[in-house]
Amino acid sequence: MLIYTIRRLLISIPTLLFIAFVIFMLLELAPGDPMAQMPLTIPPEVKEKMRLALGLGEPWYVRFPLWLKQFFIVEPQYWIDGTFGTNFADGAQRIISFQSRSPVFETIAQRMPQTLWVVGMSYVVGVLIALPIGIISAYRQYSVFDQAGTFVSMIGFSVPPFFSGVLLIVIFSVQLKWLPSIYDTTHVVGDWDSFVFQLRQMIMPVMVLALQTTAQVSRYMRASMLDNLGQDYVRTARAKGVSESSIVMKHVLRNSMIPVVTVIALGIPTIFGGAIITEQIFKVNGLGQLLIIALQGSDIPMVMTITFLLAVLIVMMNLIADVLYGILDPRIRYD
Amino acid sequence: MTDTTMTATAVEKPRNKWWDVWAQFRTHKGAVAGLAFLVFITLFVTVGPVLWDVDPGKLNIRNKDVRPIYMVIFDGDAKVSWGNPMGTDNLGRDIMANIMAGGRVSLAVGWTAMILAVFIGTLIGVFAGYFKRLDGLLMRFTDLVLALPLLPLLLVMMLLFRDPLRATFGPENGIFILIVTGIGITSWMQTARIVRGDVMALKEREFVLAARSIGTPARRMITRHLLPNVMSPIMVSATLGLATAIITESALSFLGLGFPSDFPTWGKILFDSVDRMTAFPERVIWPGLAISLTVLAVNYIGDGLRDALDPRIRGH
Repeated sequence: MLIYTIRRLLISIPTLLFIAFVIFMLLELAPGDPMAQMPLTIPPEVKEKMRLALGLGEPWYVRFPLWLKQFFIVEPQYWIDGTFGTNFADGAQRIISFQSRSPVFETIAQRMPQTLWVVGMSYVVGVLIALPIGIISAYRQYSVFDQAGTFVSMIGFSVPPFFSGVLLIVIFSVQLKWLPSIYDTTHVVGDWDSFVFQLRQMIMPVMVLALQTTAQVSRYMRASMLDNLGQDYVRTARAKGVSESSIVMKHVLRNSMIPVVTVIALGIPTIFGGAIITEQIFKVNGLGQLLIIALQGSDIPMVMTITFLLAVLIVMMNLIADVLYGILDPRIRYD
Repeated sequence: MTDTTMTATAVEKPRNKWWDVWAQFRTHKGAVAGLAFLVFITLFVTVGPVLWDVDPGKLNIRNKDVRPIYMVIFDGDAKVSWGNPMGTDNLGRDIMANIMAGGRVSLAVGWTAMILAVFIGTLIGVFAGYFKRLDGLLMRFTDLVLALPLLPLLLVMMLLFRDPLRATFGPENGIFILIVTGIGITSWMQTARIVRGDVMALKEREFVLAARSIGTPARRMITRHLLPNVMSPIMVSATLGLATAIITESALSFLGLGFPSDFPTWGKILFDSVDRMTAFPERVIWPGLAISLTVLAVNYIGDGLRDALDPRIRGH
């Protein structure tokens, strides 16, 4: 198992390098000009100098390794320096945003908590709702509950977040005036009232994202439970006189969770993608919104870094899902 | 002896497989409703503009912000007019005409992108499954594409290639080609994986061995023997592909990176109306409902097709 994990980790290095290269070359083809936002009164030769100052004068085979070096060596050094007070980085050039002229990772670090709070909460809530729905739907297959569960997950699959979010705002903010429509990220939770306010402003974005998770995970949970409920060991357990609750909750649930856990791990990158849209609707200034702004301003280093971080997340979650599958199910041998 | 058996079998006409599939499909209530809605919405956006002959881009400032006709029930003083049953927007453009025009674009993008994705997916899947030498390479490539963050990359693609394509093919066609290609080349992977698996299983079957033993070349083996047998999974993934393509197009439009602003699509209308949804909630609800119901219908059709094409379920 350990050898398998190490091998997978080693394989993921060329994968990530390739992905970084694809993203870099895509951006390299960009006709979008980072100078487009500059005033037209700047003379062309000055503009050319500014372009050189941004590092755009070098060919791609110089800039790509440079970016890799900055991403994998310089930035971790700065991170270690910041945490332990050492001085590994020694003033090396960091990845600088074209728009704000500040290090990309500092901006990302500022935006990360908002995204993590909303996305993380919604994933936890979504999974917690989905698991009981899946279990009951499978145990009472074709019952009214099951039909309703199927319908709700169909809606979760079909209603895109940019409509469910807007619909929630229309109903709960505009008509009923219960919840704020804009997520206030400057809000600090200090006492009970501010905590309640934080909860209220989180409800809608979390629900929008959780609906998608719930739809997917509850389907998998139901299918997996149904597979296991028909197995011989369930009949054996019933014949022995094991109580129904312990058959379902101990025997069947444990076995059914194996594929579901991997689905939960694989779904994490997707929900970050969904967060791009949700953050746009509720005006959360998280990573997704940062990406959109960077895209519109042709801020190549920022776009490159955020997109690559998402790719790292996808590759890592794939790896975790596979390793978890092997740990949870002893029948699976990777060697 | 042989003669009698032949007459006996000739009495019962061989049933067409697709007839059986249709019979099974009809038993799935959701799928039938979905199909009915898809036909309805397709007619609404194609035949609708012929009957409702209003230019969706025509500005009429005097007649702006008309509420939909049903608002009279809630509020007697609401500004309504039978000339604009769904109301008009802040520039006086008729919303119903816009939804028809937008739906035509959204559905066209969805269908074309889906066909492209299914084509690429089937091609790669069949090649990977049939030719052992290509399998490793093609499947590594599929895994790599699956590991790409697709929505951000699509956004990047939209931004980068928008202007050159617009210059070459004109503003509308350029963006259309861009969106369709973008969605097509980022959503073929599931089809490829499914087709590859099925082709690999089929390759070991006796009828393929028989065909090979009489010297069938690879090209005809694929078109005559393998492709007809993987039609079912391809059709199911095609319906899923249509649903995702419609949602992705709307998402791009919603993020402001889709079609140009005077060119309506459902996602675009929704995006343009968000700023005024406090006063005019109907303007976001209609296009959003159109997207959601269409996708829901397509998903139900896919569900029904999956059951109908499964020979273990069919006929029970």
